[in-house]
Amino acid sequence: MGKQIFRNYGIPVPNGYVVEKESDLKPFEKPVVVKSQILLGGRGKSGGIKFAKSQSELTQAVKELLGSKIRDLKVTKLLIEDMIKIKKEMYVSIALDRTARAPVFIATTEGGVEIESVAHEKIFTRHIDPLLGYSDFIGREAVAFMKLDPEIGKQFMKILPILYKIFMEEDCELVEINPLVITEEGSLIAADSKVIIDSDSLYRHKEFTVTDPEKTPLELEAQSKGYAFIELDGNIGVIANGAGLTMATLDALTLHKGKPRNFLDLGGTDNTDIVANAFDLVLKAKPTAILVNIFGGVTKCDTVANGIVMAKQKFSIKQPIVVRLSGVRDEEGRKILKDNGVDSYPTMMEAIERVVKLAGGN
Amino acid sequence: MSVYVNENTKVIVQGITGHQGSFHAGEMIAYGTKVVAGISPTKAGTKFMDKVPIVASVRDSLEFQPDATMISVPAPFVKDAAYEAIDAGLKIIYILTEHVPFHDSLDIVLNAKRKGAVVFGPNGPGITSVGKCKIGIMPNKIFKKGNVAIASRSGTLTYEIVDAVTKSGRGESTVIGLGGDPVVGLNYIDVLEQFEKDPDTEQIVLVGEIGGSNEELAAQYIKKHVTKKVVAYITGRSAPPGKRMGHAGAIIEKGVGTAESKIKAFNEAGVKVADYPDNVPELLD
Repeated sequence: MGKQIFRNYGIPVPNGYVVEKESDLKPFEKPVVVKSQILLGGRGKSGGIKFAKSQSELTQAVKELLGSKIRDLKVTKLLIEDMIKIKKEMYVSIALDRTARAPVFIATTEGGVEIESVAHEKIFTRHIDPLLGYSDFIGREAVAFMKLDPEIGKQFMKILPILYKIFMEEDCELVEINPLVITEEGSLIAADSKVIIDSDSLYRHKEFTVTDPEKTPLELEAQSKGYAFIELDGNIGVIANGAGLTMATLDALTLHKGKPRNFLDLGGTDNTDIVANAFDLVLKAKPTAILVNIFGGVTKCDTVANGIVMAKQKFSIKQPIVVRLSGVRDEEGRKILKDNGVDSYPTMMEAIERVVKLAGGN
Repeated sequence: MSVYVNENTKVIVQGITGHQGSFHAGEMIAYGTKVVAGISPTKAGTKFMDKVPIVASVRDSLEFQPDATMISVPAPFVKDAAYEAIDAGLKIIYILTEHVPFHDSLDIVLNAKRKGAVVFGPNGPGITSVGKCKIGIMPNKIFKKGNVAIASRSGTLTYEIVDAVTKSGRGESTVIGLGGDPVVGLNYIDVLEQFEKDPDTEQIVLVGEIGGSNEELAAQYIKKHVTKKVVAYITGRSAPPGKRMGHAGAIIEKGVGTAESKIKAFNEAGVKVADYPDNVPELLD
């Protein structure tokens, strides 16, 4: 996907084609790299990339990789790419620096490895004033810093404005070329790419679909239903409102030797169905107890209480549910819960102590 | 005296006829905020709650001499609405809307700065100058007038801490939600500078979370420039690395911006960090 964007914008990438079955394979002409098309970092280390210097090696590689599993992900597509003769590997990216509130341009001649492992003094870092945008003087600074050969420098200077254009036009959080290869023939080519697009901007980039290789099936289900949900490895199900309060709830549970099974932020809602359906997700994670922590504001405590009662009946929940309600309509909410046999408390600490006791060990 | 807003601040609401906009405009009026006009191109000429005039554009609202705006329009229209307010010369711009593309937020924040305007949010609870003016969505009933100023990157957690401070018998001067997005208008240093100067504020609570380096920078600033007592609470200490916890702002990237790094930075600046939200008042004078 990243390479497709690069190709469209005119950044040089290796020639290649995608195969989904053995019969898609074109006859061998020159050495190629066979790359599993899965959204995972480090696929080379996991055996997802093979090299082929002959027809038989190519057929063999395709046979081995198609249908294989890499860290639980089935390989259904392969990219067959011309092997490039690497003289040197560089790194270049543009990312958002949240603190500086500006894009930051990063480049180094020590590419092909994780940028974190490169010595600080070898990395060129420079903020781009978004009101000025990218201009060639920034590229000249980078070329001078990296002491690039003039011919390579010229090619590098052609890539930078395109990279910035992609970053701005495609609403990117990150555009990265690693490695940016200097070939033995003396040309620059983007051998691998990473493009992260701001998920909040997808409404104006309909051509992209959301993919997050790190999400579990349950997390993807939650996402499709509009919940901020993350699986963790404990045993206490957690439902709270607001990302900050939900995180604070996990922290407090952990400090009390409790082990959260998940993060679920209801957000600001005043809808009993949204509350009830949150239980459906949490129950699928099979917790031994469930903690609900609400500070009522936009989300009113009586709405949450009604949602809990609804969920209890609808999903015949066997696990103990401990609820903390405070804020808007907390008295009303606690009465509804009491009438339906659910424990509730006015403070976070009381609820946390109780749920840790009820949940038992892992 | 108070910071950013006070009892004379005149506020307009862009998107006053929407579900969120109308509810929170009503709550703001109930709190005592001077809401002087609402903006809605299709409902111009009518009145909100039978008293607040609705006009077609921010420019049309200038006859009511507004200082500030609350923007509650869908995310794709936020940039245009903010530009309209900046262009009309408003100096306080609060953006309630969540899921604003951060490239839009960058443009808004930079252009606001260029024109001398301050942006609260996007995706934050706003600002309350206790007993004087509330712009935003914080619940009206949690506040009590006092000398504690609070600044936070989150919403509900802010209310939790305000509530704990109020229940401890103390009160608040100003409460500010910076916003939970990757790009927001203000950082801790901006508000610390204001709190330090504010005679109504004697002590400060910073509520931080994992991700980014704003808390670390705040700690360095406190060491050098803040004479008032500061305490902090940091959330996300149990979050596994690399996992996004709802706020786009809250993500740990390979050891940078961890809870440990923030707590250490605060401790080195003489700022005590509470373990639980409920413990914050115990650290205050």
